[in-house]
Amino acid sequence: MTAVQERSVSTPTEAPKSRPIEVKIRRYNPEISDEVTWVTYTVDAFPTDRVLNLLMKIKGEQDGTLTFRRSCAHGVCGSDAMRINGVNRLACKVLMKDMPDKLTIEPIKGLPVEKDLIVDMEPFFEAFRAVKPFLITHGNEPSKEWLQSQADRDRFDDTTKCILCAACTTSCPVFWTDGSYFGPAAIVNAHRFIFDSRDQGAEERLEILNDREGVWRCRTTFNCTEACPRGIQITKAIQEVKQALLFRRV
Amino acid sequence: MSTVTTPGSVTASRGPSKPRFGGTLYRGREGMWSWVAHRITGVLTFFFLFAHVLDTALVRVSPESYDTVIATYKNPFVNLMEIGLVGAVLFHALNGLRVIAVDFWSKGPRLQRQMLWIIVAVWAVVMIPGAFFMFKHSFEVVFGSK
Repeated sequence: MTAVQERSVSTPTEAPKSRPIEVKIRRYNPEISDEVTWVTYTVDAFPTDRVLNLLMKIKGEQDGTLTFRRSCAHGVCGSDAMRINGVNRLACKVLMKDMPDKLTIEPIKGLPVEKDLIVDMEPFFEAFRAVKPFLITHGNEPSKEWLQSQADRDRFDDTTKCILCAACTTSCPVFWTDGSYFGPAAIVNAHRFIFDSRDQGAEERLEILNDREGVWRCRTTFNCTEACPRGIQITKAIQEVKQALLFRRV
Repeated sequence: MSTVTTPGSVTASRGPSKPRFGGTLYRGREGMWSWVAHRITGVLTFFFLFAHVLDTALVRVSPESYDTVIATYKNPFVNLMEIGLVGAVLFHALNGLRVIAVDFWSKGPRLQRQMLWIIVAVWAVVMIPGAFFMFKHSFEVVFGSK
């Protein structure tokens, strides 16, 4: 009885402490200079802060010219993919309690940088559109609801989670050196429809991915799977598409 | 790159101007590095095969010139290269099996990391005694017991 009371007295709740973080950011502004610069900012961070909070603090309090994308700031929209300490992450999903005192932040690799941490996403979306990421059906309109069993749904459940942040595609060494490779994200979104029992466009999409810049460029480095903020087993999805192509079985 | 300690201060340094590429090395994990090693060992093996086809083709020129060239290989340096070749071919072969498992075995992608450590262990188990016996003769020649 007393012991319990003593314990509650001896450990008062401590207020979280902030610590200074050195944030080194790769900056580039073609309107001023073609040169890339590394700028280091020092900001205080609480363990509960996310990397995005630090960037917003820098932009708001120290340097308003710092440019980056962010929309929802809660890991849903996929706007703020960037390279944090060497790996692709969503800045809004990385907690400072898991990070060292020094951060290095760069734009995602393999897409043309427009300014600071903003890249031109067009080549990425072009590959996404090329795999026809929408339901394709032929024949008459169905007169009743299309039913799908749980097992049928499970086949493509993982790949429905994609938020098109480009963290996977820009972590892929094949994509860095050959921008015409469709890239993991496009294959993931093709997988989402290829293995959907309601969809009838699997053959079309498989033909597109059978291209020399298609699934066969995958070198199974697993960088995409490690980078995905939604935990999609991307390399596995690519493997399933490869097998569907090899054995013509969807 | 100068370091900053006080909050609110800013420093800048110039880097190479390559907006599309450049930056720091991507910190990929086992999967990426096994792929890098696979590439390197593959290229090394290719260069060996290139030289090997040439020296073997010499037997069509004359058996004597073939013998002369092969005799130049009998020194400790080439012996070290042979050990390197065995190591490269062995890694490439074992990792090739791992990549096949990743592509064709449904559990492959999930177990890729464990499979890499298994092949690295097999590689070490074969290479440590293998390198010892391969280099034994050169060692005896260099240090004079033969």
